[in-house]
Amino acid sequence: MKLKGTEIFLKALEEEKVDIIFGYPGGAVLDLYDQLYQSNLRHILVRHEQGAVHAADGYARATGKVGVCLVTSGPGATNTVTGIATANMDSIPLVVFTGQVPTGLIGNDAFQECDITGITRPCTKHNFLVRNIEELASTIKEAFHIARSGRPGPVLVDLPKNVMAAQYDYDPANVKIRNQEAIYKPAPKKMANVLDMLNAAKKPLIMTGGGVILGKASDELTLLARKYEIPVTGTLMGLGSFPGTDPLWLGMLGMHGTYYANMAVSHCDFMLAVGVRFDDRVTGSIETFASNAKIVHIDIDPSSINKNVTIDLPIIGDTKATLKDILRFLEEHHYTQDAGSRAEWLRELAEWREKVPLSYCQNGEVIKPQYVIEKLQKLTKGDVLITTDVGQHQMWTAQFFNFDRPNTFVSSGGLGTMGFGLPAAIGVKCAFPDRQVVAIAGDGSIQMNIQELATAAQYNIAVKVVLLNNEFLGMPRQWQEMFYNKRYSHTDMTYAPDFVKLAEAFGVIGLRATKPAEVETVLEQGLAADKPVLMDFRISREECVYPMVHPGGSITQMTLGSREMIN
Amino acid sequence: MEKKDHIISILVHNKPDVLARVAGTLGGKGYNIDSLCVNTTTQNDISKIVMTTSGSQSTITRIENQLQRLVDVISVDDLTNVESIHREMVLVRLNLTAENSEAVKNAVDMNKWKVIVSGDTYVIIEITGDKRQVDFSLARLEPLGITDITRTGLVALTLED
Repeated sequence: MKLKGTEIFLKALEEEKVDIIFGYPGGAVLDLYDQLYQSNLRHILVRHEQGAVHAADGYARATGKVGVCLVTSGPGATNTVTGIATANMDSIPLVVFTGQVPTGLIGNDAFQECDITGITRPCTKHNFLVRNIEELASTIKEAFHIARSGRPGPVLVDLPKNVMAAQYDYDPANVKIRNQEAIYKPAPKKMANVLDMLNAAKKPLIMTGGGVILGKASDELTLLARKYEIPVTGTLMGLGSFPGTDPLWLGMLGMHGTYYANMAVSHCDFMLAVGVRFDDRVTGSIETFASNAKIVHIDIDPSSINKNVTIDLPIIGDTKATLKDILRFLEEHHYTQDAGSRAEWLRELAEWREKVPLSYCQNGEVIKPQYVIEKLQKLTKGDVLITTDVGQHQMWTAQFFNFDRPNTFVSSGGLGTMGFGLPAAIGVKCAFPDRQVVAIAGDGSIQMNIQELATAAQYNIAVKVVLLNNEFLGMPRQWQEMFYNKRYSHTDMTYAPDFVKLAEAFGVIGLRATKPAEVETVLEQGLAADKPVLMDFRISREECVYPMVHPGGSITQMTLGSREMIN
Repeated sequence: MEKKDHIISILVHNKPDVLARVAGTLGGKGYNIDSLCVNTTTQNDISKIVMTTSGSQSTITRIENQLQRLVDVISVDDLTNVESIHREMVLVRLNLTAENSEAVKNAVDMNKWKVIVSGDTYVIIEITGDKRQVDFSLARLEPLGITDITRTGLVALTLED
């Protein structure tokens, strides 16, 4: 049966079980939008294309499914670039459809033409320009396959207007794709090596990362750690892959990691690093990172191995399958930890934890940001999906909220994209309408995509924004305080809208707390509402995130903050 | 670690942009391509890219891994330590004048260079060989009055599969 390109597009999405797309119409995609008019596919109209990509990204991170966007050519397409680069750095599966001018006009500098496949080549896993209707269905199928297989990532598909208007036979059974990615199977010898290294270890440590969440390997990782009493630290992207309330959890490592996690890294003699890529914010100076440890690195992407840190035993493979193999091998060979040395190691860790716990001091009449986050955890009992923007509030969230389950912490780790949190929360809430979804934001970040409050209001997507408002670009200000002699060059954001009134203007509930005593009431009220809410918490202006490892320094060299912090 | 020249042979699906993807992957990560040669194989839908680059062994491994991530890349092989033959070709145009024409003729005969075409005022010579041989011939041609050259990238083929 002959179908129009736009019909094939919708049928191909149906084949991929797409239940929602985030988009924004424009000239080059009006044929597609005309097709959507009579379709049941759920479409969320965002207010900026960057918001569409972040929303699809949030949806993908919370569900593990592929997020989908549809935007027009030219500026519509270029507006997606930050969102695509964000997903690419964190290996998030997305398919981004962009309109394109008719094939006959490509290269002519036509109205709203841009070479979006050229622009996004370095920040996508792969991209396609569909040159003719014959390859439309197979390209879409291949795009989804590439996005979700191996190390996931964003794929862009550029759709010229005339291709979408053309007709072609469509039968899903006849749509074939190439590029079945190689499946790596770790050699049994490597399992024996892991056993030998564990047997030799007196101070083992697990470091968990985003690959554990993407690989759905949290259960295996948790079992391994608990069964053999191995303490666990994690990267920002790994938060939630091991229960944050478990006594074996040491918190995040790295630049704003806990004192005890960073000390554990420096003193461990065996590290099992799973689904991580040893980012510079995690390692600090490479020379001193885990310098006493034999490191086993499990990752699905060979290019992550030995990229930054020299690995003693690389295991290339799916995190879940590999951890299962390790668990089976250890059990078959009756591995048991040496109780004496393990108790000694755990005692050492407990001492560090006691010496410098994560702490802050909520006294006086000014709200401390950490206090808001702790209250949020208490009031929700942790049963909440959290997104963040990027900056101090993101680090406080990572430090003070204990994420017990994977896919509950949604944050831009690698690219560090301000303006991510609100649109991402919209995507998460669309996937889980019955769950509480909270976007923790800063006053700088929220203003980068605040237009998406209109999206939330239009569809009554009841996300709750917790705005930690210090009237500063807090993280750059903190660096200026510490490294630039308190010269606060262009980080003062005192001039800002009245966020409560702004929320109300968008049709969103606006609330404000200016004193510690008001925090709980505002949170309770905001969380209870069945509409989107923005809660403006006026926090201590110059609170810093501690501990802090100086950039490029060893992760044991931490600034721990003011005296009152260290009990 | 010691920096060394490496010859990388890459099989790719002959898809649009594939050369841009390969070149962009190296350029974007800060690696240099010293020479490049691309053409189809016996299969029209598969091309072979041979490039030379330099770096320590760990850099080269990183390049190979990054290239391997590309969807259109089928295989990546470092031929540096594999028995293989290497060839480059250069076309050289010389200006013929009353003063140099005798010297050019003698040099061509002596070195057994291949004259592709010649006229009253020019001669174009083809030289094929490995990099060292081509460099050597160019040095000998230099004093005779080279007006232009075009040199291919290096091609390489392993002796066995």
